[in-house]
Amino acid sequence: MRSILLTLLLAPPLAAQALSVPATVDTLANGLVVIVHEDHSAPIVTVNTWYHVGSGSEKSGRTGFAHLFEHLMFMGSEHAPYPQFDRLLEAAGANNNGSTTEDRTNYYESGPRSALALMLWLEADRMGWLLPTMDAEKVDAQRDIVKNERRQSYENQPYGKVADVMPPLLYPSGHPYSWPVIGSMADLSAASLDDVKDFFRTWYAPNNAAVVVAGDVTRAEVLELARTYFGAIPRGPAISYPTPSQPTLARDTLALLEDRVQLARLYYQFPTVRAWAADDAALQVAAQILTGSKTARLTKRLQYDDQSVTFVSARPDHKKLAGDFGIIAQAKPGVALPGIQRAIDEELQRLASEGPTAREMEQARNVIESRFLSRIQTVGGKADQLNGYFYEIGTPDGFDRDLSRLTAVTAADVRRVVARYLTGPRAIVSVVPEGKPELGAVRREVTP
Amino acid sequence: MTRLLLPAACLGLVGSLGAQVTTAPPLATAPALTLPAVDTARLPNGLTILTSRNDEVPLVSAQLLIEGGARTAATPPGLATFTAGMLDEGAGGRSALELAEAVDFLGASLGAGAGWDNITISVSGPKRTFGEAFALMADLVLRPTFASADVARERAARQAALLSAKDSPGQVASRVFARNIFPAGHPYHVDLNGDSASTAALDSAAVRTFWHRTADPRRAVLIVTGDVTPAEARQWATTQLGAWTAPAERTMIPPAATIAAAPTPATRVILVDKPGAAQSVIMIGAPGVDRESPDYPALEVMNTILGGSFSSRLNDILREQRGYSYGAGSGFSWRPVPGPFQASSQVRTNVTDSSLAVFFEQFRRIRDEPVDPVELERARNYLVLGALGDYETARQVAGAIGTSVVFGIPLSRTAEELVAMGKVTAADVQRVARRYLDPTRLTVVVVGDLATIRPGIEKLGLGPVEVQEY
Repeated sequence: MRSILLTLLLAPPLAAQALSVPATVDTLANGLVVIVHEDHSAPIVTVNTWYHVGSGSEKSGRTGFAHLFEHLMFMGSEHAPYPQFDRLLEAAGANNNGSTTEDRTNYYESGPRSALALMLWLEADRMGWLLPTMDAEKVDAQRDIVKNERRQSYENQPYGKVADVMPPLLYPSGHPYSWPVIGSMADLSAASLDDVKDFFRTWYAPNNAAVVVAGDVTRAEVLELARTYFGAIPRGPAISYPTPSQPTLARDTLALLEDRVQLARLYYQFPTVRAWAADDAALQVAAQILTGSKTARLTKRLQYDDQSVTFVSARPDHKKLAGDFGIIAQAKPGVALPGIQRAIDEELQRLASEGPTAREMEQARNVIESRFLSRIQTVGGKADQLNGYFYEIGTPDGFDRDLSRLTAVTAADVRRVVARYLTGPRAIVSVVPEGKPELGAVRREVTP
Repeated sequence: MTRLLLPAACLGLVGSLGAQVTTAPPLATAPALTLPAVDTARLPNGLTILTSRNDEVPLVSAQLLIEGGARTAATPPGLATFTAGMLDEGAGGRSALELAEAVDFLGASLGAGAGWDNITISVSGPKRTFGEAFALMADLVLRPTFASADVARERAARQAALLSAKDSPGQVASRVFARNIFPAGHPYHVDLNGDSASTAALDSAAVRTFWHRTADPRRAVLIVTGDVTPAEARQWATTQLGAWTAPAERTMIPPAATIAAAPTPATRVILVDKPGAAQSVIMIGAPGVDRESPDYPALEVMNTILGGSFSSRLNDILREQRGYSYGAGSGFSWRPVPGPFQASSQVRTNVTDSSLAVFFEQFRRIRDEPVDPVELERARNYLVLGALGDYETARQVAGAIGTSVVFGIPLSRTAEELVAMGKVTAADVQRVARRYLDPTRLTVVVVGDLATIRPGIEKLGLGPVEVQEY
């Protein structure tokens, strides 16, 4: 429970008034949502577009397709043929990029406000007229690049193979989160031009997208441009989204990887809850109390007291359909993982039985409040978060609602969620130096 | 909940089916660049205070830049970064954990690090607790503990990190690249963090001595940005750092001009084996250029065309046209003692030799042929108009002010340089490419599966091929 005394003595609220990033929401006739946040403090603008599709909507045998498709969105459209997209933006002083997660694909253009019309026009042309210039050659070219990305980010990186191994240990076969966003080499090879056309027609319709424009602009000018450029794009068919399901584990699942690494690493992943579910906020506070600072439970125990690890970090990953909570610890040279496991389990058990102290709660709250303030310093950061809140809770300015639920978490909540989610069965991956499987983690003898 | 749950009444209010717009809209008039205003003050002990206000968000950040980074004459290598890292491991009578707890409790963040030229202590946090956060930063400056047990713990952590770095082909390539470009005796020959032998030599006495000789208010600049007035910044500095006195003996910092330029031997190839690697890491470069060179604006435009943007030649060919890589690029490391020029990519193992050939073709091409006017215009705009986004946050402003301090260049020079970049001609680009990018005097480092890639690399005949261990 939050101590009123402590609050009064030590920590008046950081933000005097409610945290807000005011934004307007308008919907075009074709279903496209246009969100505008005016910020006239610098002469810059960001156009941030989310399509509500990610790797979680991929068909079996086509893992990695949503991300491959993201790459294809830069391959030119009917009126801005390849490679105009990048070239026109650079010539206007603007940057751009895209990214794909399990749940969504986003694209942004950032630059001087003089590029606003160009940014919206380019985004509209590829939303409406991507297919006329799409061909198998472009698919092949980007397929090769994505394979290179997979090599660079996973295969040629120490510990990179965990990205392939962990999801199926935690999520049952067929679950939308049971494969990595980057996909498999075989599935990337299998992707065809027909897949591209189907995917575009299904998911890249205006009624499955939201465009946030943030920066030195007015709502009126943005809406005028949006109507002009996006208005002629026809609405797509009705969309059926993957059905939410939160899997649990009946017992620990385990994998051991021998890799060309010097230091062993332990990966835990616990099944938890979806984003914005009742226990989501308390799990986020629990992560802060476990590894959010040097004095956090796991950091202090492993890094400062036992001195058995080079780092330990906990991260809740609460997605649209399901959530998980990861803990990663990297052993000092020669240290075996079972001892680290024991220490982590002890600390989780202790937090589950005793709960956090009032001081830990206050500290966590202050760190979380500061983090909210630093997230609203850039128009790019605000734009992406406005789109995120709109997708998750149906309103872009969710900052205060999000912060309020986090600051409302009590010590009893933290204790309860740690007991409920972080002391039960989990997926465990050990990465050990080649030839040293004896350093690997172990399964618990008895499942709770 | 998703957007599908929007009330139906929201739909259909705005817009109607129109015609598609088939040509790119023209750009509006570009906005003008406004550089942040900076207030300068000085304390009697010599500490300079630079304040720039941006009260959009109720956060303040302060950075204390102290001359004396990794390129000082102090030994062993890695001492500066290690000492900086030790500052928040105990100070002002608080242990590392007590200090961290106090900082977190204020909702602030506090840390220290070192680069080649400076040690930087940074604190940022909410305006309402900033005075207390600033006092904790002053503890790091004036009252660090440097206890033996803490030094031993952090030394072991650094040894583990050095060991772990050997697993990352990118890090291996960077270190091998630096030690080959810069000869023994040059500050950049050894990594910022030293190596395992130099780390073993770090102890509490070395750290304490280095800090006492380096923490000199006359060589320090305090940069305060965010929701703060110059008067508030001066007040914090006077109260907390006013008693900071200059040391009797100072760490020797060789003036940048006295560091002998690194030699530029004939092009050679250095290979590091990583059996079974799926990709090869390629780094190609040479000692770089003085930031004070009048050619700076033209070099930036030349590099933007060569490898400094997504549409640049190296990325366009290696990634987009050939599909050899996920990305390729190049750049100059601008430092008071010039850092390297470097072009790099990670490429599929079986096209390592073809990729190297592309790099060298493009180095020659940008020297031999004038750049296309459209390409030139794009690069100039990308740099000049792109700079409008460089001063959005208090952190970016602090960074820009810090850079101007490190180079001793007034912030206002940025505007002049952008004007100069906007006027760079195709002849300028060709001239600086010919002068500074000589394909016969480059060092090539490749980390990859040598059994597969070595024969093809040798066949290219770029220069002598040598295998090194890391």
